Amino acid sequence: MFNIVTIIQRAVVQGIPLLFGSTGEIITEKSGNLNLGTAGTMYVGAICGVIGGFFYESSAGDNMNGFLAVLIPLLCCLAGSLIMGLIYSFLTITLRANQNVTGLALTTFGIGIGNFFGGSLIKIVGADVPTIVLSRTSKYFSASLPFAEDWGWFGKIFLSYSWLAYLAIIIAVVSGYILKKTRTGLHLRAVGESPATADAAGINVTKYKYLATCAGSMIAGLGGLYYIMDYATGVWSADAFGDRGWLAIALVIFTLWRPTTSIWASILFGGLYILHIFIPTGSNIAVKELYKGMPYVITIIVLIITSLRNKRENQPPASLGLPYFREDR
Amino acid sequence: MNKTPFIHITKRMDVGRPRAYLFRAISILLAFVVIGIVTTILTGENPFAVYTSLFNGALGSVRKVWVLFQNLSILLCVGLALAPAFRMRFWNLGGDGQVLVGCIAASCVMLFLGKTVPHGLLIVLTLVASITAGALWGLIPAFFKAKWNTNETLFTLMMNYVAAQLASFFITSWSKDGSAKIGIINPQTHAGWLPEIGNKYLLIILIVTTLTVLMYVYMKYTKQGYEISVVGESERTAKYIGIKVNKVILRTMILSGALCGLTGFLLVSAKDHTLTTTMVDGRGFTAVIVAWLAKFNPFTMILTAFLIVFLNLGSNQITTTLGLNSSFGDIITGIILFFIIGSEFFINYKISFPRFAKGDE
Repeated sequence: MFNIVTIIQRAVVQGIPLLFGSTGEIITEKSGNLNLGTAGTMYVGAICGVIGGFFYESSAGDNMNGFLAVLIPLLCCLAGSLIMGLIYSFLTITLRANQNVTGLALTTFGIGIGNFFGGSLIKIVGADVPTIVLSRTSKYFSASLPFAEDWGWFGKIFLSYSWLAYLAIIIAVVSGYILKKTRTGLHLRAVGESPATADAAGINVTKYKYLATCAGSMIAGLGGLYYIMDYATGVWSADAFGDRGWLAIALVIFTLWRPTTSIWASILFGGLYILHIFIPTGSNIAVKELYKGMPYVITIIVLIITSLRNKRENQPPASLGLPYFREDR
Repeated sequence: MNKTPFIHITKRMDVGRPRAYLFRAISILLAFVVIGIVTTILTGENPFAVYTSLFNGALGSVRKVWVLFQNLSILLCVGLALAPAFRMRFWNLGGDGQVLVGCIAASCVMLFLGKTVPHGLLIVLTLVASITAGALWGLIPAFFKAKWNTNETLFTLMMNYVAAQLASFFITSWSKDGSAKIGIINPQTHAGWLPEIGNKYLLIILIVTTLTVLMYVYMKYTKQGYEISVVGESERTAKYIGIKVNKVILRTMILSGALCGLTGFLLVSAKDHTLTTTMVDGRGFTAVIVAWLAKFNPFTMILTAFLIVFLNLGSNQITTTLGLNSSFGDIITGIILFFIIGSEFFINYKISFPRFAKGDE
């Protein structure tokens, strides 16, 4: 049946990884770094969480501590995504490499890491289990408020998610606030708009770029962790994460570089991502495939409209994708 | 107090070719050392065995060498397609999508005209259809770029996924039992299949070799190639000397898309004879790296494409013998790319440590 509450709930669940990814990418792009490695970073975030969870689950046996079961994968995920951010930053900021090329290489690398360890971890450590199933760890991650069930549709739409989902929203709101209202945010935007001016004003361009890119990567990595631990209930399957990383990059454009807008936009995209399940197409199942392309078509339309209207505040950061060498000016 | 900086970085004026190649060779060598270490840690294999199986996997038998060169040709073909766009500073990340629409168009013609049109004409029609489809797919972002300066990096990127969904739409529509698989197209009649010369690999290799030479000549010796470089170096200069920038953007992207479409034609008509959503296999992205690392020189691109295909096929060997996941190749490719990308810095910049070199001044 066509149930609006269920649709919203499932759209939110689909949207949360996108929200993490897009928030992270917005922060990164605000510093002028177009990190196309986000798709790979999210894979790495997911698989590092899985590796952490896997080792904890197999070492703890039956007496698992809920706090550690969450903390260990979380830290592993953050560390993994941080490394991805550092690789990107080192190559593009310190070694001044081309951002697009570095990003694409990072995506290849990250997806490779994810699928490789996802498929071979058991073999490498010689564990005697057939597949990686972290259902116990996943239980701690996907625990939602106990009274959500009793509150009917309200509980289902607003309260039925795990803590990572609320964390995503908090991070988005805080990022939006920092970018817009604080001095740090102002400096960061200055670096992204015109690094030369920022440099002249005494802002440490390199530091801001590094921090923004690494923080962005770590946030994006959490999206992978949420996906694998909550949505996929701790079961890794190759390429299951799919093109969500690119969808997150699409969202950055769609939201016009605003993390707070991304909250509802991610849910909208999450909804579009699963729209094909709910639209009755009768015997013509092929049409479903066209619906799956909707988020991308909409992003393209938004991209065109923003360039067409040419409003100054809706444009990408002016130095997006360009490296900055102080000596080159 | 005048503080001497610890590291001093200056731009090299001209590093000279031999030195640049030396730096690249060192970076590749270093990357191989790291790859050896990583593989040893992950698989427990001794590093020399790793290199041997890498080499055997890529070049171990006559058939493997043919496969290598066929794969190289197809990757190179996408790289050739992207190179003129990049030279113009138009970031065409839509290679995947442009190749895929070429594949769709080719399969469409082969499926629906395969029984009615004579063989020779069918091949021509297939070729024309895929080139047109690719060119169109490349023209859309170029049009908006030329007209309203729409960000082409993101636009072409999104077009990939639209193409992917389009492909799976057509695959599902055309599959007879709704299994989302088309299978081999025209398996009995071979209608629309490119003929084989000697073996099934050679024709693709010959076609792409020809294209490589043509592209080199086009970029280096023709007026259009010159216009592309000028627009890429400075749009203002181009306008000043009377080049119609918008026209160059549109023309170059039609060419770029058309060549991608041609790659799609080669994939469907000469290599795979079927249509799947994954048949392009990220070559549009890999080709970006291939073209960029080669500084858009078609002949250097042969080397960079070789390196990537070599690693891919070689690592497949490692993973199959050890029963590991085939994504290992992506990790290896990633590592080597990081090193080569990083090495560009040492080619373009000179690093000195003033505190240690005070005696020179």
